[in-house]
Formats: sequence, C-alpha cells, structure tokens
Amino acid sequence: MTNATLKETPIIKAHEDMGAKLVDFGGWNMPIHYGSQLDEHHQVRTDAGMFDVCHMTIVDLRGCEVIDYLAKLLANDVAKIADKPGKALYSCMLNNEGGVIDDLIIYSMDPAWVRVIVNSSTREKDLAWMRSQLGNMAVDLTERDDLAMIAVQGPNSREFAVNALADEIAGADDLKPFNALLINAGSENERFVARTGYTGEDGYEIVCPNTQAEQMWRQLADAGIKPCGLGARDTLRLEAGMNLYGNDMDETQSPLESGLSWTVDFSNEKRQFNGRSSLEQQKEQGLKYKFVGLILEGKGVLRAHQEIVGGGELTSGTFSPTMQKAIGFARVPVGASETCQVAIRKKQLDAKIVKLPFVRNGKVLVG
Amino acid sequence: MSDIPQELKYTKSHEWIRVEDDGSLTVGITEHAQGLLGDMVFVELPDVGDEFEAEQDCAVVESVKAASDIYCPVEGEVVAVNEELEEAPEQINVNAYHEGWIFRVQPLKENSLDHLMNPDEYAKLVESESH
Repeated sequence: MTNATLKETPIIKAHEDMGAKLVDFGGWNMPIHYGSQLDEHHQVRTDAGMFDVCHMTIVDLRGCEVIDYLAKLLANDVAKIADKPGKALYSCMLNNEGGVIDDLIIYSMDPAWVRVIVNSSTREKDLAWMRSQLGNMAVDLTERDDLAMIAVQGPNSREFAVNALADEIAGADDLKPFNALLINAGSENERFVARTGYTGEDGYEIVCPNTQAEQMWRQLADAGIKPCGLGARDTLRLEAGMNLYGNDMDETQSPLESGLSWTVDFSNEKRQFNGRSSLEQQKEQGLKYKFVGLILEGKGVLRAHQEIVGGGELTSGTFSPTMQKAIGFARVPVGASETCQVAIRKKQLDAKIVKLPFVRNGKVLVG
Repeated sequence: MSDIPQELKYTKSHEWIRVEDDGSLTVGITEHAQGLLGDMVFVELPDVGDEFEAEQDCAVVESVKAASDIYCPVEGEVVAVNEELEEAPEQINVNAYHEGWIFRVQPLKENSLDHLMNPDEYAKLVESESH
C-alpha cells in the first residue's frame, strides 16, 4: 500500500515486486524485510545480500579550500586522505559543544573534490550546518539527490556484483577495503563504487543515477544477491559494533563516551576542529562513562534505553541472529568491568561486558 | 488478508481467545500480529497460579524488532503455559493459532466475554489499522 506522504526511492517498484514489507522509515517508504529478517541477516553473513540505501544523503564538496573546510568541520583529520584519491574516512561532525551532529563517511575524489555521505534522518540539519560553516571559503556544496545507492554485502557479494555488472563497474574488483573508484566519470553511466558498508562483511556501496537504479537492483538480484531490509541492516551493524546515529550518539553525547574516540584526531595541535576545546575539557575533567558491548547471560532481549544497575543505559540492543544471544551497546560507569546488571522490566539480569565488535567477516569474536 | 479463524474471539490488542470445554480460555496472538512483529526470539511466560486482572499485562513476546506485551483477556488464574515457546518462540510465527498458543487462564468469576471482538469485528480492526 502506497502512502502518498512518504518519500520513495527509485527502487520502490522492485521492492513491491519482490515482496517487501514496507514501513515508514524516517519519512521514507522503505523495506523492513522481504519475508524474514533473520534469513536476510544470515544471507549477508554467509553469502550475499543487498540493501536499498538511496535514502541516504550524498553531498559533493568542490573547491580549492575543501580540505581546509573539512579540517575544521570534522573531528577526524581529513589530512589522512587528502592526497590519496579514492580513500575513505569515517568521522563525526561535531557542534561547538562537542556533541555529535552526525556521523559520516568522506571519500577523497581528487584534490578539489570530496564526496560526503551523511544520514537520511539528519539530512536537513546536516546541510544547514555544513552551509553555515562555509563562510567565505572557496567550497561549493551540492546535494546529489539525482544519485541512488545500493549496498551489496556478504562474503560472495563482490564476486556476484562484478559478474552481474561487468564493465559497468570495471576495476571494482581491484579496490582495497575503505577505497572507492569512479567509473565512466562524467558520462550518463557514471558509477561510484566504494568497498565500504555497514554490516561487518566485505562488499560494495554502488552509486548510480536514480534512473538506472531499479535496473541495477534487478541485475544484482538475478546474480544471486538477495534483497534485504532495514531490519537485517540493524542486526548486522549491531553485531559489527557499528554505531547508529540517534541511538548511540547524538548532539547531547560526546563521541568520547560513544565508543568513537578512535575517530577523533587530536594529533595536529594546530587543527582547531569544531568541538575540540569541549572535548579536551571533558578529557581533563575525566569521563564518567565508557561505551561497551554487552551480552546478556540468560534469556531475554536487550533493547535501547534499558538501564544499567548502578548507572548508565543501553543505547542499542537486539537479539543477535549469529550468536543466538541478546547483545547491545551501553554506556557504563568507567569503573565497570567484566559484568554488569541490566534492568529488564521487573528483573535485573546479568550481562557480560565485552569489547566491540561482536562479529566480523562471519566470525564471532567475543565469548 | 490475514487468517482470522471463525471459532475464536479477539481483542483490540491482537490476542486471540479460544473458549475451552472446561470454561478456561486459551490465549495467543493473531496471525496479523505475528506478521507485524516478525521473527520471534523470546517469550516471557507467566507462572501457573499467577492471577491477573482483565487487561493486565501478563506475558511478553519479543521479536528481533520489538517487545510486545500480552494482556489477560479477563480476570483469572493462569492454569497452563506453553513452555515449548521458551525453546522455540518461532512457533508463534509458524502457527500462531495452534502451536503458538501462549497461556490458558481460568476466569475467577462468572465473566462476560461480551467485551471481546468477534471475527468480523476483528477483521475490520485489522483493515482499519492497515490504512
């Protein structure tokens, strides 16, 4: 059933044909599953699955000062990739208080062009903030809502995608992890292929014009890549220890207490990125919480906002299809170690504190 | 259209109720509800002997996606629970009206079941909620 008020991706017709259960996902009519979220999860861990991620926001930044602009805008240091075309970098975009406006991936395209992919739910505020930070810099910001994106993920996904799309993504098979490639640049068949994803498995994120997205989706499906919904995307990213904006961090939370310290680069003392002084102050005063993985010892399911006995709370939680146990992310007091207790309804249940991720490349990494 | 057996009664919170020969009531969730919740991974059952008010929450079913409370349709005492669901919660997905039953309650007084919905009324509810 089509709800006229919801936005639709260019692949909607294929979703309906393939039996998707569609739900309102932040104003978009998106597939939550095509029958079984669990089957789709296992499909990605063991074989190949794909996700419609056209709702995500692609922004191109061009101009001779784009690197200077990003050096201030982002908590991670764009200098790591500035002179390495094709290289990707994950970062937070912070406000002046050190809260997280969004998390994003940037791809260095050439010395004067960086492609940024931000979340769908934060699109408007991200664009407003990014524009407000331009000042007089020689940087042109263009939202690429003419482009669609499909994520193919799983141990066999790259092989299947290369077979299915052949010359369309020529050269993609040589991509190293966290690198991207532009194919047929400037033509109407332009493809942007990145060896990135949000599942903890190998794969590509493939960008093409909206008008060609449905056909590409069907070609990939014919090659054996199973359509997967946003339900499986959530359980996969949780097992992979990957944060979800709005759950695991937001403008009221510091990246240092959201498991994202590794993405905040203080090493260049001259680089005064937004929020830097607030984060330095937090470090000086000492952090109250640390961000950890939890595994529930007994039966039950961990969910966001369940409280930790003694302070802290779950930020995300689910039942892990790979581990067959409840898992979650939580802020726990910095002194906590080994175990904690989670308040679930009327009970207090034991949970083991572990280092993230839980699962990578099909293998369980925690006991 | 969801499967809505004619011999059962229903609630607006998507439980089904079967009146047994001894007057006890067997309770589960409907085919429509299991479809909305998706793959079940955990069921928290009441204990046999527990007493509940009408419309009091007495069990929880959890899918990968969400937790959902199950409400007692009448004031009564739990006389049986489907312990198999503890090991195999997916029985609710496979057959919501049979192997997926959750608990059985013996009404504590002469309860009227008039507040429960008949299959036609429930079909209308499902129809209205899918718009």
